[in-house]
Order: sequence, then C-alpha cells, then structure tokens
Amino acid sequence: MKNDCVSENGCQKQSCGLCCTKIKNLGVTMGNTVILEDINLHIHCGELTAIIGPNGAGKSTLIKALLGEIPHTGTLEYVQAQKGAFQAPVIGYVPQNLNLDSTSPTSVLDLFLSCRSRFPAWLVHRKKEVLKVKEKLAAVKAQHLMDRRLGALSGGELQRVLMALALDPVPDLLLLDEPVSGIDQNGMELFYQTVSSLRRDYDLTIILVSHDLDMVRRYADRVVLLNRTVLEAGPPDVVLQSQAFYDTFSLRWQKQNNTEGENINGFLV
Amino acid sequence: MDFWYKLLEVLPFEWAKAGQMIFMKNALLAIILLTPIFALLGTMVVNNRMSFFSDALGHGAFTGVAIGGLLGFVQPLSSAVIFSVVFAFLIALIKHKSKMASDTVIGVFSSTAVALGIFLATLGGKNFAKLNTYLIGDILSITPKEISLLAVVLLLVIVFWFLVFNKLLIVSVNSSLAGSRGIHTFWYEVIFSCALAVIVTVSMSWIGLLVLNSFLVLPAASARNIARNQRQYHLLAVVFSVFAGIAGLILSYYIETATGSTIVIILAIVFFITYGLRKKFA
Repeated sequence: MKNDCVSENGCQKQSCGLCCTKIKNLGVTMGNTVILEDINLHIHCGELTAIIGPNGAGKSTLIKALLGEIPHTGTLEYVQAQKGAFQAPVIGYVPQNLNLDSTSPTSVLDLFLSCRSRFPAWLVHRKKEVLKVKEKLAAVKAQHLMDRRLGALSGGELQRVLMALALDPVPDLLLLDEPVSGIDQNGMELFYQTVSSLRRDYDLTIILVSHDLDMVRRYADRVVLLNRTVLEAGPPDVVLQSQAFYDTFSLRWQKQNNTEGENINGFLV
Repeated sequence: MDFWYKLLEVLPFEWAKAGQMIFMKNALLAIILLTPIFALLGTMVVNNRMSFFSDALGHGAFTGVAIGGLLGFVQPLSSAVIFSVVFAFLIALIKHKSKMASDTVIGVFSSTAVALGIFLATLGGKNFAKLNTYLIGDILSITPKEISLLAVVLLLVIVFWFLVFNKLLIVSVNSSLAGSRGIHTFWYEVIFSCALAVIVTVSMSWIGLLVLNSFLVLPAASARNIARNQRQYHLLAVVFSVFAGIAGLILSYYIETATGSTIVIILAIVFFITYGLRKKFA
C-alpha cells in the first residue's frame, strides 16, 4: 500500500489536482548572507512533498518563510478549487521540538484546550471540548496521552500529539519539520504511515522536511533536494538517483555506511 | 475596611483585637491581595524562563523612581510605572530584533538601569538613604487607599489572565507553532512584559526590590515541582504564595524582621520541600 504511490503517477489522480501551493522566486537574505534564492516550487495537494538537503541548506528557513515568520522576497500563492486563489491559508505546523523544559506542568489537554477554547486552560475545562480533544487524539492513536505532561512524552508520542494539533482545524497546508533525533524506528514508521494516510483522507498539501532518506524513498510522492536553491525536484526515484543528489550526499552516505552499515545499501547503487 | 477589622477580631492574636495595630491588619489584607497576583503572573515567568527579565524590571522601576524624583514629582510611582513599561518594551523589542542571547540583552539593560538610577538619585550630592525603602520595602506602611488600588489591580490581573493565558501558553510552548495559528507572538510577549512591569513597579515600595523577584519565581517554581497540569500549577502556586505571605507577615511581627524577606524564606522552604517530593509526583 505504501509503495504504490512512489513510482507511479497514478496517485496524483486521486487528489482533486485543482488546489496547489505555488512558490515563486522565493529568496531569504539575512544580513549579507543569502540563505535561500530563486526557489520555484509547485506543490499539489494530496501529495507528500519531502524536502531534503544537507545541514545548513535552508530547509528550516524555507518552512519559516512559508509560515510568514521571516521576511522573504518572491510570492506565495495558494489556489483551491472552491476558493480560487487566496493569500492566507490555514497552516498546520508540526515543529521539530518544543522549547519546554521537561518539568513543565503543561499537559497534552492543556495545549489542545488553549488552542481550541476561548476559556483559559488553567480554569475552565468544558466537557464538550475535552471530548473533542479525545477524538482528535484518537485519530493519531494518542488518546491515552491526553493527561500526560508534554515533557513526559517520548519523541514519537510528542510527534503524534503535535500532528493531531496541526490537524485541528484541518489546514490547507501542512508543514512538518521532522525531528533529527529522539524517535525510534517504530515511531518513525508510524509517523510516516500517519502522514501518508493524511494526504488521502484530507486531500492536503503536505510539506515535510526530512532527514531520513530511507523513509523519503518509501513514502514521499515528490522530493525536493534543497541547498540554498532547488537542485532537483521530482519523484523520489528520479531525485535520489540524480547526480546532484550524489554530489550532495555521497560523502555523508559513505561515512554512515562505514559506521552503521545498514538500511542504506539500496541507495548507492 | 471596618468589616475587615471586625472579621479579624476572631483571630487569637494580640494585634487582632479591636482598635489595635491597624497597620498589621492593613498589611494582612494587602498580602492576601498581592500574593495571588504574583503567583498568577509568576507561572508564566517560569514557563518562559523570564526570571532574569522580571528581576531587571525591578531595576528599571527603581530608575523610574529616581527620574521621578529628579523631575520633582510628588508621587514618583506614576513616573516609575511609565518608565518601567517603556523599559520592558525596549527589552522585548531588542530581544526580538537582535540575535543576541536574551540574557545578554537583559543584562545590559538591567545594569544600565541600576547605574542610571543611582547616578540620578545621588546627583547634586543628594542622600541616597530615602530610596532605601524601595530596596527593602515596607508592607506595614500600606494605607487603606493603596489597598483598594491593590484590589482593583488583582481584579484586572485575573481578567487579564482570563483573556490572554491561552495565547501566552502556546507562545511559551513553541513560538513558530503559535505563529502558524495566527498569534502575534511579539505583541503577546510585549503585553505580558508590560503587565509584569506595572505589577513589579506598583508593589516595589511594599515588598522591596531585593526580594521582589522571589515573589514571582518561588511559588511557581515550587508548584512546578509537583503539578502535572496547568490547573494544579496555578492552584498550587496561589496556595503556596498566599500561605507564605500570611505566615511570613505574622512571623515577622513576632520575631521583628522585615516582612518581605521573611515571606521569601518561607517560600524557599516550601520550594525545597516540594523539590524533595517531586519524584513522587513525576
């Protein structure tokens, strides 16, 4: 089920195909340093687009520019079948990590209620809202985590909770910043499976910054290789075989191959 | 006030008897109003790692008093409030604009403010001693008029906390996440900083600059040791704060010490007890 979408273009037909996110000539400059330039991307809904690139390639900066957090040149355009072109999409964002310390007395429920409810989470917990939260968490198999503290969750659990939060309300554009560490292989698998099923269930535009090339190969519909600008974009098997990919990653792969020697043999063929 | 004095007559204390020690009764009421304010705001100070910032606000307020004195204001409090709000805004702005570590920014402002305050207060060979009251604080000097001001402030803080808490919590969890939900992170930080500046400045002359920050940080830090969600966190912080306030005031009366510091010592004991218990609640 998970592989049938990767190499065929059949999966594109499942989405409405009429909604998309167009990034035109996007650039980010901080001080005198050009971090991103000349980014042109056309991202369809119902597709999982993975952004890969070496450290410092500007992946997180791109996400922040899309979020409107840092100033950028160029334009972002969101088009949807019903609404036409519009400027302010509902964005769901799953951050890489939280800046909470692990002792923070903020429960999963607190976080959800403070996002959903007008009433302050320290005082009012309305039954109706609490039930809704449980429902949302159940969608990512995390209902048992509702009363746990955010700081007490494992990396994978936190990721699922944040995903449920990003889907409430259902966004036009879902941005995911995958954590670099702290999630075991099972958690990672579950995370990618959930993201995968989302694009079918909700017909979302999903942009995922990824560090796990194996997962990208198996789950993404399109891959964007980024290093200050777009080096390569297309289906995974095309991008991951490209010269640009080899030039960017070969050294790292060999290093990892020597130390870990697993899971990645398929890549260097 | 008369009702309050009557109410206190049921207490078995010497000073609680009718017609006795009015200042003590005033102070007790003031403490009961003041401590929850600090506990509520303190929860977010600790969440956002702002304890150094709130400390700096006190320094800014002190400079405000000195400026007010220089300009010849009869009541330096109003100028202090204005100055420390501007001060808080500037710190928040520079923290936001520059990539410098926030503790460096705060350190720069804080030390400049203290130096400027002392410089202005001693300008022309004036005696610094009259400003000591702002450093040590004297809750027993509070007047019924000031107490009603405190009651209004407490009410405003509760309303404020009702309106902005959710947004502040999301910002404290992850500011990009907050931004993606349409929250103007910077302005919420500014609003909170300014509210904090007002509270710190207003209460400076009663609690004293030197221990004021502990009123914000210790109840929340203690509650944090054993609370598992925001409700418990708030409830425990308020309970610890009010308890230590009342106990400290009464104790300081009998052992003849400064009230502010006595309260802080009790708060510190509470902190270490909860710290010892934290594994049981984790």
